[in-house]
Amino acid sequence: MSEAPKIRLRDVKKAFGRKIVLAGVDLDVAKGESVVVIGGSGTGKSVLIKSILGILLADSGVIEVDGEDVTQTLAAAREATNRKFGMLFQGAALFDSLPVWENVAFGLIQREHLNRAQAKERAVDTLAKVGLSADVAELSPSELSGGMQKRVGLARAIAGNPEIIFFDEPTTGLDPIMADVINDLIISCVKQQGITALSITHDMHSARKIGDRITMLYEGKLIWNGAAKDVDNCGNPFVEQFVKGNAEGPIKMQVRR
Amino acid sequence: MNFLALIGSVVLGFLSHIGRLTLFTGEALSHCVRPPLYPRMIARQMIDIGYYSLPVVGLTAIFSGMVLALQSYTGFARFAAGSENAVANVVVVSLTRELGPVLAGLMVAGRIGASMAAEIGTMRVTEQIDALTTLSTNPFKYLIVPRLIAGLLMLPLLVLVADIIGVFGGFVVSVYKLGFNPAAYITNSYDFMKPLDVISGLVKAGVFGFIIALMGCYAGYHSKGGAQGVGAATTNAVVSSSILILTFNYIITELFFGT
Repeated sequence: MSEAPKIRLRDVKKAFGRKIVLAGVDLDVAKGESVVVIGGSGTGKSVLIKSILGILLADSGVIEVDGEDVTQTLAAAREATNRKFGMLFQGAALFDSLPVWENVAFGLIQREHLNRAQAKERAVDTLAKVGLSADVAELSPSELSGGMQKRVGLARAIAGNPEIIFFDEPTTGLDPIMADVINDLIISCVKQQGITALSITHDMHSARKIGDRITMLYEGKLIWNGAAKDVDNCGNPFVEQFVKGNAEGPIKMQVRR
Repeated sequence: MNFLALIGSVVLGFLSHIGRLTLFTGEALSHCVRPPLYPRMIARQMIDIGYYSLPVVGLTAIFSGMVLALQSYTGFARFAAGSENAVANVVVVSLTRELGPVLAGLMVAGRIGASMAAEIGTMRVTEQIDALTTLSTNPFKYLIVPRLIAGLLMLPLLVLVADIIGVFGGFVVSVYKLGFNPAAYITNSYDFMKPLDVISGLVKAGVFGFIIALMGCYAGYHSKGGAQGVGAATTNAVVSSSILILTFNYIITELFFGT
């Protein structure tokens, strides 16, 4: 019998007013697997991740983490579930009132109740894992470049040794070389430590590199799901148009002229 | 849209706003009495609200006291001879009951309410509040509760200082410009002032501090739409807390001194 999925979504729906964003999403992510959700801007990829994290409440459906339906849990239990998660936000979302080391150590101080000296030591070690020196630890997030902010965000996400990490557009806004550096860091942090990862991106190079499996979200549903190596020849016209970046195809962009 | 629909939409919008504010207040209060609290954050907010507001509140108080003494003196001079002696009484009662808490409240609303709304609003639009949630930290406990507690505790202290500085301002003008006897002025002030004058002012200050923090946090927490949204949140925080301060000033005055 195969192992139960780490994350299991069934018929998850979410709408904002009349706008339906998720129209019944089904998704399984196995333990240690890296799944990438691709899709155009505004198709609900971030809403999907935020619904799993409990930042947004799904209107209906089942969201299970380790077999527990987190849509039914109370706030305190929800906080306990969130201890399994790490998250790299699109804009890094670093706390600009805190120095870099305290950003990385935030979860260690709040969740694990480490004292500040121990937490700082762990933070500096974690920063080293993402290629940042100890000098950076004392800087303010506003003093860092976009690529460095992403690396600090990644360090914060992995500092608490999470079981599951979410990556929201990890390479958006970065130059190709820095994007590849981030991809490599994600692979080394996630795959080598056996962490389950769910990423959302529209950067196909990144999706192919960091994902074991790719799935595409379109009009609120996952319309294709398969191995990352098959994404270029999947036979689905929607996916092929998106992967090749063609303006012509079944996906129509609403552009006013 | 017809006229009735427009009225209905405005009323519904207003009621929904009141409902959200009530829920927000209830949730914030419930987190105030449930651990964990964040002493470090509370201390930081106390310094921000209390210590860093001292110059602006002090300056406002001293000039208010000085103007009050001058205006009372020239005003009373129009009436019965000798009524100028009531200057000390008017200054101390006006400052402790009304001007101290209201002026300090309005100044702190402009300084702190706006900065709270801008800081929390920026955290909202840059996903820092979402990041707190992913780090198993309740944003209410980490961001809102420390500000509410600090506002509630620090405003009375600020007003106490403002009362002393304001009375001193009145003393300086009365003694050095209007030629009052310093000892008589101090005796008059002390004899005429009742504990209830000061207590009512401090109660007002506590309520105003809570209102400033609440409206600043509420506006920031619900801001959206980038820089423009944060700007609107800042304006809303200052305007709404100023209006509420003046409204609650009347209500509390009625409760203490209403006949």
